[in-house]
Amino acid sequence: MTKHNITKSKKNLPVKESNSTTFSTTERVSLGLKKRHRKEKRFKRVGLSAVLFGFLLVVILLGDITSKALPAFHQHWVKLDVNYQASWLDISESSSLGLKNEALTEQLNKANYRNVLRKSLYEMFPEVSGRKDKRSLTKLLSSNAEFTLKDNLLASPQLFDKKTQVWVRLDDDVDSYLKEEFAEGEAGLRINQNQAQWLAKLTSSENVESRFNISFFTSSDSREPELAGIKGALMGTLLTMFVTLLLSFPLGVAGALYLEEFAPKNRLTDFIEININNLAAVPSIVFGLLGLAVIINLFGLPRSAPLVGGIVLTLMTLPTIIIASRAAIKAVPPSIREAATGLGASKMQVTFSHVLPQAMPGIITGAIIGVAQALGETAPLLMIGMVAFIVDVPTSIVDSATVLPVQIFLWADSPERAFLAKTSAAILVLLTLLLIINLTATMLRSKFEKR
Amino acid sequence: MNSSILFFVLLGLTLFSYWFGLQRSLKVAGGAWHKKELTSLPQQFGLLTAMVCGLPALITLLIFNSGEHIVVEQLLTSTLPVNIQSLSNVDLVLYLNNIRSIASSETPANILQVLSQSSDLKNSSEYKAAFTLQELNQQAAWLKTALVLIIACVSVAVLVRKFSLTYPARQKSERIIRALLVASSAVAILTTVGIVISVLFESIQFFKSVSPLEFMFGTQWSPQTAMRVDQVAGSGAFGAIPLFAGTMLITFIAMLLAVPVGLMIAIYLSQYASAKLRAFAKPMLEVLAGIPTVVYGFFAALTVAPVIRNMGESIGLSVASESALAAGLVMGTMIIPFVSSLSEDAISAVPNALKEASYGMGATKSETVLKVLLPAALPGIVGAILLAVSRAIGETMIVVMAAGMAANLTANPLDSVTTVTVQIVTLLTGDQEFDSPKTLAAFALGLMLFITTLGLNVLALKVVRKYREQYD
Amino acid sequence: MNAIKIPKPGHVNEATQTDLSQTDLSKIELSQTVGNIYADNAKMSIRNADIYYGDKQAIDNISLDLAKNQVTALIGPSGCGKSTFLRSLNRMNDTIDICKITGQFTLDGEDIYAKNLDPVLLRARVGMVFQKPNPFPKSIYENVAYGARIHGLTNNKAELDEIVETSLQKAGLFNEVKDRLNDPGTGLSGGQQQRLCIARTIAVSPEVILMDEPASALDPIATAIIEELIDELKEKYTIAIVTHSMQQAARVSQHTAYFHMGKLVEMGKTEDIFTRPSHKLTENYITGRFG
Repeated sequence: MTKHNITKSKKNLPVKESNSTTFSTTERVSLGLKKRHRKEKRFKRVGLSAVLFGFLLVVILLGDITSKALPAFHQHWVKLDVNYQASWLDISESSSLGLKNEALTEQLNKANYRNVLRKSLYEMFPEVSGRKDKRSLTKLLSSNAEFTLKDNLLASPQLFDKKTQVWVRLDDDVDSYLKEEFAEGEAGLRINQNQAQWLAKLTSSENVESRFNISFFTSSDSREPELAGIKGALMGTLLTMFVTLLLSFPLGVAGALYLEEFAPKNRLTDFIEININNLAAVPSIVFGLLGLAVIINLFGLPRSAPLVGGIVLTLMTLPTIIIASRAAIKAVPPSIREAATGLGASKMQVTFSHVLPQAMPGIITGAIIGVAQALGETAPLLMIGMVAFIVDVPTSIVDSATVLPVQIFLWADSPERAFLAKTSAAILVLLTLLLIINLTATMLRSKFEKR
Repeated sequence: MNSSILFFVLLGLTLFSYWFGLQRSLKVAGGAWHKKELTSLPQQFGLLTAMVCGLPALITLLIFNSGEHIVVEQLLTSTLPVNIQSLSNVDLVLYLNNIRSIASSETPANILQVLSQSSDLKNSSEYKAAFTLQELNQQAAWLKTALVLIIACVSVAVLVRKFSLTYPARQKSERIIRALLVASSAVAILTTVGIVISVLFESIQFFKSVSPLEFMFGTQWSPQTAMRVDQVAGSGAFGAIPLFAGTMLITFIAMLLAVPVGLMIAIYLSQYASAKLRAFAKPMLEVLAGIPTVVYGFFAALTVAPVIRNMGESIGLSVASESALAAGLVMGTMIIPFVSSLSEDAISAVPNALKEASYGMGATKSETVLKVLLPAALPGIVGAILLAVSRAIGETMIVVMAAGMAANLTANPLDSVTTVTVQIVTLLTGDQEFDSPKTLAAFALGLMLFITTLGLNVLALKVVRKYREQYD
Repeated sequence: MNAIKIPKPGHVNEATQTDLSQTDLSKIELSQTVGNIYADNAKMSIRNADIYYGDKQAIDNISLDLAKNQVTALIGPSGCGKSTFLRSLNRMNDTIDICKITGQFTLDGEDIYAKNLDPVLLRARVGMVFQKPNPFPKSIYENVAYGARIHGLTNNKAELDEIVETSLQKAGLFNEVKDRLNDPGTGLSGGQQQRLCIARTIAVSPEVILMDEPASALDPIATAIIEELIDELKEKYTIAIVTHSMQQAARVSQHTAYFHMGKLVEMGKTEDIFTRPSHKLTENYITGRFG
């Protein structure tokens, strides 16, 4: 900084005539005006472009994810001419004919459907020969196709030893190939020339169909992209959020009530407040470390369980909920407290039967925002082992589980191309959930404000 | 009974106690007609009884549950043959794990069957231990059930004996509620203490095998190779400087994007924008703030990184596929709304009088903003930036998904770098023994992270508070 | 200074209250201003000014002149629109979106609301001093230099130093602060801060200075100093001052305009207004019956 010292020697300067000064001021100001207004305009433009840049980021982000997600909601199926021949099923013909229904079912349960699938496929493409070609032909179908055949036959055993037509899933690479704009018969990513031509044949005979991918919502994680779904992760999220809400809401409200209504002004109260403010800024991953070291290793709660996840997220969101609840409690007019106290109610009665109901909408809004924050959280859950590959849908809070954001993380790491769309679709589901939650909070708030 | 069933039984018992206490108080008063003779309401008697029934029992249950597995393990170990007891710590843990998995997967009958058939000595000793474990678990469960139920019943019985017309049920129940409220607000303290203890304790363990100086100033980071016992004390495999440098590089890139854009958005929205644009822009930016970080990570890794790579290559630059630039830019995007909303608060806190004074002298809007508003709001803005930096340093998912694993010590944003949080996640995910230096290193990194973000936060709050005082 | 005797505010008793109620305020004719709104040597002239905030009319058909190198006081009960009117004289209301202004406002015969007239230039010529002292959180020197810097009035440091010094001298502050020009302006006392704000305003060499209750936040001694300063400043500047205090208006002004509910009720020479108010409302106000 420059020092401004006005020396005393200048003190006797004649004061200028006001007229001349006035004239020069106006003139001088107008001299610079054009430049200044240009600067003003430029500055304003920069500001506006910053805002527009923000919009653009939102649009790009959401647009990119949506466009990547859309393919995941459709899946290609193929119609096969299947022959449930006993010999193909590896069931001895002689024994099977005389079998009673129960025995037949048992046989069918153990039958070799992969063989049926292959043979049926070879019949559809008689021109394919050679091991290599045959293998690449079967690779067109999902590894799950044989189970589709099995379910189909078990559901209607009368089809045994007969020919029928069954729709089965195509492999994820084929699915991705069909979703991209390739010319018919042209080789694509992970699809060779031959496969492309076979596919062209299937498509032209209208044996391939694109269907809504319902299994994305009804099945759990899988190594095969065409089978993987989010049901397990959704369930895990639900259970974890249940625990989080169950713990953080009462704790948060009670903590806020104490700090706002009862706490004396002393060191302990100050210390609690400092703690709450600082915890709000502690990185979420540190809460994960806490969960791992204390909750899992010290208290011995099970790894990967929604219970532990819920506890960790509770500790993480508690500051948010407490801060929001305190604001809501503070907003209750003191006249209500005074009126109730004047009627002889104890402090506790005033708090619980007058202040708390008045503050409830605000508290609930705060809790919802806290839960929304917890819903998108990933890092601390990685620390406590909710990152495992879990196929079973969790049913209790101590089962191993994963949650939606972690599922996104896992899928994003997978090398299969089809998981890209799955990941984006899971993100869309997560964002939709968040949108619903936030809209609920907004609606509650506006309803509250109207009252 | 297992804990969750026991919990629900306890819940039922508590509800019953409410009714029971209420009835008892009426009886003391001599029927519902005389309830006015009680100094407290019958409901308050009920509430007190319920709390006295539920709380001690619940606390017992929690303590029992958290201590149970340690005690059982100790007991089990003491029954094991001497040669197994003398195993090293790691092997003992493995052995116990083995037993635990047998005990949880087989029924007692099965185990007995195996025991009677098996002749293999090792196998039979394991199954024997598993059987002991099951027995111990069963005993613990019984003990727990008995203890909890007895405590619940006895405390209720003792309480209702004291009921009289003048028994201060209201005051007592209010005192308990107050204690509960205090306890709830103290969870914040417990959390902080828990964080400090867990991070500090493990870090001290870590610094026993790696010197703190080496950790803080070493330039080599390769914890994977240091896993082998002979390399633990080896040549600086735990030097965290590349991690700190990588974190700072990515944070710097993020700030380079977020601060100017966020600040300009704050200025434009608070000084120039029409009410209509504001009403539209605010929720739009909130969307940006509300998107989970894992989504940003996905976007960074699968959209931004390839674009940057292609752009770089088209002008002949070699760009790593997990460049610091991609992670930094996306992190900056995430932080823009954070910076803009906090800066807007700071700018709005500048008294209108200063703005008017400037306008009154003929300053244009931009001159007023640049020469009066921003200097006046500077402490608030600095506070906002500090908080944003703290957030960027602690951000995990974006860097885990979009930044690299290799600890390169470089300032080139096109190179791949790794960060503190990435290493914590890498070191702690997957199966690992808890006491290896590798996992302990994660806690040492966590300690650094905690101290840094806490320091930044405290500093930021201080700056902001000073600034508020200036205009209050 | 002209010492004018002000009628002592009457003790509010039964008699005056009935007196007031008998004068039914709504029946008093407000459409025309009594007294003399014209000045022989007008620096600014306002004709038929209407100012609206949204649907609400704040100023209703006001016309008056500001006499050159004289002090014009705008008085009236709070909410009468005198501040709004003052702010319209250097287009400070431009920053308020819902504010709509019609009428003719001229400075030296030039329309200040003309499309091609730049408000920046106007505000350099018509400066403003606010109710609460509002120095920038900068050094004393930088506060005074602010106008010169943004308008680019100087070519070098020496010229800037000179402007700062003369402005501080004119504001009567130089001797108090000459040794601590680099100290923050906010560290000064309230009266000093207000004089700093006046110095800041005159550093741009405006032709007119608008003062919005400049002494209302100050103690009596500081107020006296400011009033003395205003009296000196009128030698070079044309001054319009809004004030709550009738004594102040009487002490510092040559002309007084009495505003009531957005209308100009009476205007004239200060001595006339305070000794021989022609309008009943003016009389009521200056005798302290309401306000």
